[in-house]
Amino acid sequence: MELTGAEIVVRFLKDEGVKYVFGYPGGAVLHIYDALYKQQDVEHILVRHEQGATHAADGYARATGKPGVALVTSGPGATNAVTGIATAYMDSIPLVVLTGQVPTHLIGNDAFQEVDSVGITRPCVKHNFLVKDVRDLAMILKKAFYIATTGRPGPVVVDIPKDVTAAKADYKYPKQIALRSYRPVTKGHIGQIKRALKLMMAAERPMIYTGGGVILGGGSGSLTELTRLLGFPITNTLMGLGAYPGTDKQFLGMLGMHGTYEANMAMHHCDVLIAIGARFDDRVTGNVEKFCSKAKIIHIDIDPSSISKNVRVDIPIVGNVDNVLKEMLRIIKEKNLKPRREALKAWWAQIEEWRATDCLKYQQSDEVIKPQYVLEQLYKVTRGNAFVTSDVGQHQMWAAQFYKFDKPHRWINSGGLGTMGFGLPAAMGAQFAHPRSTVVCVTGEGSIQMCIQELSTCLQYGLPIKIVNLNNRYLGMVRQWQEFFYQGRYAMSYMDALPDFVRLAESYGHVGMRIEKPAEVVPALKEAMKMKDRLVFMDFITDQTENVYPMIPAGAGLNEMILV
Amino acid sequence: MRHIISILLENEAGALSRVAGLFSARGYNIESLTVAPTEDPSLSRMTVVTRGSDEIIEQITKQLNKLIDVVKLQDLTEGAHIEREMLLIKVKAVDGAREELMRLTDIFRGSIIDVTGQTFTIELTGTSEKLDAFIEAVDDKLILETVRSGVTGIARGERALRL
Repeated sequence: MELTGAEIVVRFLKDEGVKYVFGYPGGAVLHIYDALYKQQDVEHILVRHEQGATHAADGYARATGKPGVALVTSGPGATNAVTGIATAYMDSIPLVVLTGQVPTHLIGNDAFQEVDSVGITRPCVKHNFLVKDVRDLAMILKKAFYIATTGRPGPVVVDIPKDVTAAKADYKYPKQIALRSYRPVTKGHIGQIKRALKLMMAAERPMIYTGGGVILGGGSGSLTELTRLLGFPITNTLMGLGAYPGTDKQFLGMLGMHGTYEANMAMHHCDVLIAIGARFDDRVTGNVEKFCSKAKIIHIDIDPSSISKNVRVDIPIVGNVDNVLKEMLRIIKEKNLKPRREALKAWWAQIEEWRATDCLKYQQSDEVIKPQYVLEQLYKVTRGNAFVTSDVGQHQMWAAQFYKFDKPHRWINSGGLGTMGFGLPAAMGAQFAHPRSTVVCVTGEGSIQMCIQELSTCLQYGLPIKIVNLNNRYLGMVRQWQEFFYQGRYAMSYMDALPDFVRLAESYGHVGMRIEKPAEVVPALKEAMKMKDRLVFMDFITDQTENVYPMIPAGAGLNEMILV
Repeated sequence: MRHIISILLENEAGALSRVAGLFSARGYNIESLTVAPTEDPSLSRMTVVTRGSDEIIEQITKQLNKLIDVVKLQDLTEGAHIEREMLLIKVKAVDGAREELMRLTDIFRGSIIDVTGQTFTIELTGTSEKLDAFIEAVDDKLILETVRSGVTGIARGERALRL
C-alpha cells in the first residue's frame, strides 16, 4: 500500500506495538503530527519541553522493559532532547528518538531550525540514522527498534527530513531483520561457565555484585534463585536495585560511594567476586588499585567492552545474563554442585558483624524533619510497592538506601549521567506504563526546578504522581562536598529565592502540601496516597545540613569508608 | 606498542566519523588513518595505526566492534603482515643536488615522477620507517613539500580479512 513518509512512521509505530509517543511538534515534523492526528492507535503525549519527552520515554522503558519512543522537531527540538538521549545511553535504556530534519535539499545550508542531529547525537547513541529516501524509512525504523532493544540496549536516533515525510512509498511492515555487522551474543561460553562454577564452589568468601544489566536482561528471577540456592551474600549497584529482593537477608544493600558498610567490606574482603550485568563504575569501585584485591573475579556481561575495562577480570563470560544464570542453575542441579557451607558460615558471621554497625542509622529529631525519616516512612506508607523515580543528589542516595525494592523496574533514576530534572518526566512515563500503580518522584528543590514545566503535562493527562520534595534550601550533595572538601566554602549551593511550591503546584492545578514538623510526615504521606487521582506535591522542609553517610571519598578503597 | 588495525565497515555516510569520533571521545590516539571502498562497493576498508598498552588496544578493538557500522576487524600486528605507505616529496633540485637526489631515490627504490628545472617530485613506497629514513636522508633545506598516504596493510599468507 502506498503511504506518505509521515503515514509510514505512524503506521510502523502501530505495527511495532508502540502505545505511547512522547513528543513536541514543530515545523519539520508537521506532516508526522498530521498523520498522528488522523488515527487513534498510537497515543501522542504532549510534553512541555523536549528534555521531558526523552526522560518520559526513558521512564516508560525502565518501568516496562519495552522501548520508549520520543518525537521532536529539528534544531532546538533535537538539541533539547540530547540530555535525555545521553541519560538513556549511560544507563543502557532502549529508546527510539525520532527527530525532524529540514528538507534534504536544505541540509548543510544553515536552514531555519537546522542542526546536524546525527552529528550531535553520535557520541551518545547506540546508533543513529539519517533517512534520505522514503523507500528506506520502514526498514530503518525496524533497524532502530531492533538495535535499541537487543544486545546491550541503548537509544537510537532516526533523523527524518521533512520532504521524506511528504514523499510516498509502498509500505509493508518489515518482520524480519538481519544486520551483517550486528549480531549480539546471547548464550554464554559453556567452558567459561563451568570454570566460573568451579571457582564459585571452591570459594570461602564469595560475593555477588549485580548491576542494571540484570534488570535490562530480565535476569532477576534466575539471579534470585541462584543466590538463594548458593547462600552467597549479594549487593546491587544503584542501577541494579530491585534485581534481588531488597528485604531479603542475603542482601547487603547497595555498594559503592554511598553504599552500606557491610556491602563494601564484603566486596573488599571477598575471595571470589561474581559480577553480573555491572560495569565497575568509578562510583562503585572507588580506587581501582585497591578494589577487591584479594578476589578472583568472574564477570558476566552482554557487552564485551565492559569486561576488563576498569578492572581486570579472571573469568569473563559474554552473554545474556538470564541465559548464563539459567545455564549455571542447570549445571548446578544436574551435577549436584555444593558450595562450601562451613566456610560460608564463617563468612556470614563476619558479615553480620559488619552489618551490626548499622551504618544507615541517623539522629532522629522532634524539631526538624530528617530526610532519611521521610524516605523510611514513604517506604512504610507505600508498603514498598511504589514505582519510585528520583532526581540526582542527596535525595537520590537516601531513596536508594532507605526504600527497599523487592522487584525490578521499580527504582528509576539517572545513575550514569546523573541528570537533574530526570525524576518528574520519568515518573510520567512510569505512570503511563502503570496507570493504577503508585508512582512517587523523590526529588529536591534544586532538581525539581529543572523540569518543573512538566507539572502542566501531568495535569493535561491526569497523572496522579506523588512528588516528595526534600527541600533543604541547598544543592545538598554540592553542599556536602563543599563541607567535606572545600572547608565549608558554600559556593553557589544555597538555593535562594525559592518559589512557594504549594502555590506553584496549585497554580498548575495540583494539590500542594508543606510539611515542616516530623510529626506531620506520616499523616501527610498517608493523606497524599489517598488522593488516587490527583498529583500531590509534598514540600518537606528538611534539615539543611544533613549529609549522606556512609561515604567513600573519591580515590579511597572500599574499606576506607567514612561512617557517621 | 604500535598496532595496525584493519577494519571492514559499511560504506555509509557517517561511518568514518563514528570511528574517528570513538578515538577522540575515548582519548585513543590515531597515528594515521586511511579509508577507501573495497571490491565490494557496500564495504569500505579502513586502516588505523594506533599506539597503546595491551589493555588499551583490547578496549579499542572491543569498542570498534561495538560500532554498528563495523562489520569485521583484524589487528594486523598480531601476526605476520605487510605494511605499506606512500610518500610524495617535492624537493629543490638544482646543480649538484640533482645528481645526489637521483642517487638517493635509486637507493630507496623510489622514482622521480615530475621534473622541472628547479624541482623533483619523488614517489616512494614502503614501511613508515623506510619513508622516515628517506626524509631523514634528504637535506632539510631542499624539502619543499611532503605528503604521506598513511599506512595500509594486509596479513601475510592465507589469513584474510573478508566476510
